[in-house]
Amino acid sequence: MKQLLILSGKGGTGKTTLASAFIKLSGARAYADCDVDAPNLHLITGWTAEPKRSDYYGLPVAEIDPDLCTGCDLCRQHCRFDSIESGETYRVLAFSCEGCGVCEYVCPAGAARMARQTSGELMLYRDEERVFSTARLKMGSGTSGLLVSEVKANMKEEAEDAPFAIIDGSPGIGCPVIASLSGVDMVLIVAEPSVSGISDMERIIRTAGTFGVQTAVCINKSNTNAVNAEKIKTFCKERGLPFVGEIPFDPCAVEAINDGKTIVDIDCISGVAAKGVYEQTMKLLFKEEGSKHYERKLQSEL
Amino acid sequence: MRIAVLSGKGGTGKTLVAVNLATVGAPSIYVDCDVEEPNGHLFFKPVDIHEEEITVRIPIVDHTACTGCRKCVEFCNFNALAYTDKLLVFDDVCHSCGGCLLVCQENALAEREKNIGRVQAGTSGDVSVLTGILNPGEASGIPIIHRLLDSSGEAKASTPVFIDCPPGSACIVMESIKDADYCVLVAEPTIFGVHNLNMVYELVSLFQKPFGVVLNKCLKGENPAEAFCVEHGIKILARIPFDHELGLLNSDAKIAAQEDETYQELFWHLLQTVGQEVTDETTAHS
Repeated sequence: MKQLLILSGKGGTGKTTLASAFIKLSGARAYADCDVDAPNLHLITGWTAEPKRSDYYGLPVAEIDPDLCTGCDLCRQHCRFDSIESGETYRVLAFSCEGCGVCEYVCPAGAARMARQTSGELMLYRDEERVFSTARLKMGSGTSGLLVSEVKANMKEEAEDAPFAIIDGSPGIGCPVIASLSGVDMVLIVAEPSVSGISDMERIIRTAGTFGVQTAVCINKSNTNAVNAEKIKTFCKERGLPFVGEIPFDPCAVEAINDGKTIVDIDCISGVAAKGVYEQTMKLLFKEEGSKHYERKLQSEL
Repeated sequence: MRIAVLSGKGGTGKTLVAVNLATVGAPSIYVDCDVEEPNGHLFFKPVDIHEEEITVRIPIVDHTACTGCRKCVEFCNFNALAYTDKLLVFDDVCHSCGGCLLVCQENALAEREKNIGRVQAGTSGDVSVLTGILNPGEASGIPIIHRLLDSSGEAKASTPVFIDCPPGSACIVMESIKDADYCVLVAEPTIFGVHNLNMVYELVSLFQKPFGVVLNKCLKGENPAEAFCVEHGIKILARIPFDHELGLLNSDAKIAAQEDETYQELFWHLLQTVGQEVTDETTAHS
């Protein structure tokens, strides 16, 4: 299965808008939304049937039994995440607990224990032709990287024979992004022609480079700042990064999204441009069968 | 007064709002907690920069002392240790909890400092600019956020602090808003914007933070984000129109409130509204 991952570094550059257009154009039989902190792809891919839902358990979180706690303070002294609050009874601040288990280990009274808890929900949509894997992280939970890996594993398991998959990624360069990079064949960066957009693009390109994944770049809302758009193209040329096209700002795109449609479902300039970007990307992705495929198996949650 | 600016969805205008609020609120402190993709410094172009390296502790193995008992391997919930013919440490998945050192009976483990990024402190006019920068390839910027918030906490109580948060609603956002007195949620008028606004709405409600919404990129016609606010009785703090001029200023990393009187006034009003909200909250709870 060839996997195309769509990333951007900066948020709001149009990852999901472009991913949904690519899904439509390719008729992809497998796709996933790895932006588990703020998933949106399900809003626009037209699934009406209910997904199969399953609970996601992240790492366990510590709990302190106040009846057993002697107030010795050892857990608080050893917790490196400042997740234990002293007081009349000691308690765990579940939001910052990373689940290391040190408190449980040092507690002489057996009051601190690690408890399994749901940290999110995985959703799998499927019909005769297609599989769509997505998830939502529970508010304020950590371990989003592990959930991203499960979203991808779900997709692969359910659509083993699909030749091609599209993965919508999350903004940033941290743990969910790194988890989404593992095992993909190519990353398409959706850049935005702003000073912020360029800075963020450079950082995500460096991150993808760290993990040895082939990277191509396109520009969205390209006409909003022609000078910056040129800078992005020059940057790509200098670095030898494939540039696969640009999409102009288009008010129709907002209308299409708010109607729950993709930009290639309606007749609009951004849709036409997206088609060009799609064709260039596919050419690159399928250029050489068995092309560079770097698999970096992450040991666990990042 | 500590104001956190957040949004759930990326690209809705958090940095625009936080940078401009800090500008009209000067003397002020601007804190960029979006350590994965920090952008505020591009607008402020701070000078007199002091840099502090941020490190985490990673175990190192004394192979002569290690007996291969595997206690540390079994203890590590992050699978950052493995024993083959010798003990291996996987730096990039280590959470620096120190557990392996505690369980090692042979004193075979010690710790070294590993650099994960930096905090830059500088000034731009009357604005103190604090920026957290995570090194590409690193998984978690939370230690950098802690350092940023500690530094900004040292400021005088009368100086307003504006915290530019990362997108999403995960642990990294919670850390950023933990000490905030008030949260400004920035939303854009799309169904994506509303869906993610709903997530941060749940987040600030969970944390019992007082909050209001800034509607950004407002176009003529229906605004699903506005409808959401009305439906949930959420205070709308300001409306920023969709404006090519503003878009251009912002994409060139210029501060709108410095370049254009209309926007200076808009953000000044927003600041007054937020200030009033904070005062009302304080009175209501005292």
